[in-house]
Amino acid sequence: MSTPVADRKQRQPTKRRRSVKRNLTAYGFLCGALICFAFFSWYPMVWEVILSFQQTNFVDPPVWVGLENFRTVFNDPAFAPAWINTALFTLLALLCGYAIPFVIALVLNELRHARAYLRFIVYLPVMLPPAVGVLLFQWFYDPDYGLFNQILGFFSLPGLQWLNSTSTALISLVIVSTWMNLGSGTLIYLAALQTIPSELYEAAELDGAGLFKRIRHVTIPQTKLILLVMLMLQIVATMQVFIEPYLLTGGGPEDATISVVYLMYQYAFNFGNLNAGNALGLMLMIVLMTFSAIYLRLSRDNTV
Amino acid sequence: MKSRKLSMLLAAAIALTAAGCGSSDSNSSGTAPTASSSGTAAGGEAPVSITVNCMPPKTNAAQRATFEEDIAAFQKLYPHITISKATDAFPCYEPRTFEAKLAGGELETVFYVNFPNVGRLMESGQAADLTPYTSELKTFADYNSSLDLFKKDGKVYGLPTDGYGMGLVYNKEVFTKAGLDPNTPPKTWAEVQAAAKKIAGLGAGYVGFGEYSGNNVGGWHFTASLYGRGGSVITDDGTKAAFNTPEGKAVLENLKQMRWADNSMGSRLYIDWPALMKAMGAGKMGMMLGAPDVLIGLRNDFGGKFENYAVTALPEAKSLFNGGAGYMINPKSTPEQIKAGIKWIEYEFLTPGKGQLDYVRAKGADLTVGQPYPDLYGADTPSGQAVNELRKANANIDAAQFAGWVEGSKGIPAKAEPGPYAQEIYKILDTPMSAVLTRQDANIDQLLADAETKVNSLLTSKG
Repeated sequence: MSTPVADRKQRQPTKRRRSVKRNLTAYGFLCGALICFAFFSWYPMVWEVILSFQQTNFVDPPVWVGLENFRTVFNDPAFAPAWINTALFTLLALLCGYAIPFVIALVLNELRHARAYLRFIVYLPVMLPPAVGVLLFQWFYDPDYGLFNQILGFFSLPGLQWLNSTSTALISLVIVSTWMNLGSGTLIYLAALQTIPSELYEAAELDGAGLFKRIRHVTIPQTKLILLVMLMLQIVATMQVFIEPYLLTGGGPEDATISVVYLMYQYAFNFGNLNAGNALGLMLMIVLMTFSAIYLRLSRDNTV
Repeated sequence: MKSRKLSMLLAAAIALTAAGCGSSDSNSSGTAPTASSSGTAAGGEAPVSITVNCMPPKTNAAQRATFEEDIAAFQKLYPHITISKATDAFPCYEPRTFEAKLAGGELETVFYVNFPNVGRLMESGQAADLTPYTSELKTFADYNSSLDLFKKDGKVYGLPTDGYGMGLVYNKEVFTKAGLDPNTPPKTWAEVQAAAKKIAGLGAGYVGFGEYSGNNVGGWHFTASLYGRGGSVITDDGTKAAFNTPEGKAVLENLKQMRWADNSMGSRLYIDWPALMKAMGAGKMGMMLGAPDVLIGLRNDFGGKFENYAVTALPEAKSLFNGGAGYMINPKSTPEQIKAGIKWIEYEFLTPGKGQLDYVRAKGADLTVGQPYPDLYGADTPSGQAVNELRKANANIDAAQFAGWVEGSKGIPAKAEPGPYAQEIYKILDTPMSAVLTRQDANIDQLLADAETKVNSLLTSKG
């Protein structure tokens, strides 16, 4: 005669087996994703770390050089401008790219007519391939014939040099980036806004709350989590700015738009120093991981 | 997470093999398996298989056909050699995939390289030493100074197949419109300035003189101008910057004058190589620095009306920046593959009357014949004479378009890229170039001094 404890012990593996069997399809799908992640993300990440401490020409055996690659990158005169520009770009891109989509989402949410049409218009830039979107702005920014200076001229305002000036080049890239990412941000905010129960607004209105009070006391608290998620995602994404300086300015004029990832690209592909490029990539990865850790911590606190 | 770090992609590029992209195997390009497949070889030589790159793309049907024809003829001539794969990826030298292919064992046995990258590949040991095999090359002794670029410590690491000195490319039609004589192009920088001013005066969209300012091509053209004025980018021993001189200052002052005082350079920045070519091909730009190959490039790739363009000598030139390209061999190759690779380079690019120097065939295939490049051999050497005679006899383009460059460049010494860290130096020199083209108040002395400090620091760190 078996004891209850022995019964439980016998039942547990059977239960686990059943559970595994039931979820076999899910595990199968998961395997595919895991293999893809392992092959295309984690394996290269491990390689990146290894290569940043090595010197190799891919012909002779690699040599471990300690922190030499980091020293090379650190002593590069473009190192400081690259980090400053990246930080500045991130800050400006957050100010524009975070606030503008939220405001547009609020307006769209309030609209009673043509909402779907306007939503499509706002999302349209996302459908363009990034390179096409960026190159479109190259024409808009042309100091002689560009759309923007034509508009300024229409209002009798003097034209700007846009990409050709150290004082306007970086903000010009921010405008491109904001325009390109506007659609996705707006849609996410709009989806979050539409989950807010209308009773809350009705109650606030009955209490005499105006538009700004409703936004402050209902909208923002109700969308706090999504705002936080978007903030962190934007920091991580904008710190990796590459395509805009690569296609529009080549890091110039006078290093005014050189970014960390653009400098990494230079090391890896133009200077033939892949190891230094990886060292710089590792530095950026650590910074981004820090932000991601903060995000995870904050989002956990908010969900508990 | 929305996006992945580019660094992961870089590492991925190493980890993954660049398989098959833009390539076609030799069988699909009309070549036939040879003795190597049977394990025996004619003439007692062991069978060997190699791969090559820079096959002209399908869009360039005429040149591709000649290349495929040459592969077949080469294998017939050397039955023990099989060209198992010919890659047609463009550009032929692609730094973004080079190391990934080398790491993954996918780099072709014989690979194309342009001059700015030669020094770096030699320095990093990414090209095979060809010295023991050069004696087998029939035309080796006839090479001009372009071969020096492929030498390091007395050893030869590659073979130039295309070479030319810098000049001044101009649009004859635009010259005529501006009231300038297209048959007497500028010979001094003062004349360039005056011509540019007149061209810009034609009205909206006209640019007198176009110049690069970013993505390393700004520094590259600064170097070309500096060499022309007799200056150097680095000292002969390669340990220090040498451009903070009156010659370096003159390069920037000339541009500043044209950009701001004369307003003859337009306001658009040209930050990569195709940008200026596109602008020149569009037909409203008067002049740019460029070698004779620019004319063919404008015709083939940038929609330029070929007969409108001409190239003349670089104004007041004391030395000419040596541009061009060549072939190196994969350092992982066996000695037999190196020998076979050299034979391919010799057959396809270096033998007068064969391969790409078969001007009779080129003329029949409606390819341009008569341009004064590749300029590989000394004019008095047997190979140099043979190439020039064949070229002259089969010319199908107007030699006058190149005459100014040919005559004006005679006797002017060629000067090579500034060492193995040329690209890093060009990046630094982009800054003064972009500064004078974007800031009216650019302080040239300060810009040169800053760039000098940066280059010295770079060279010191490289040891």
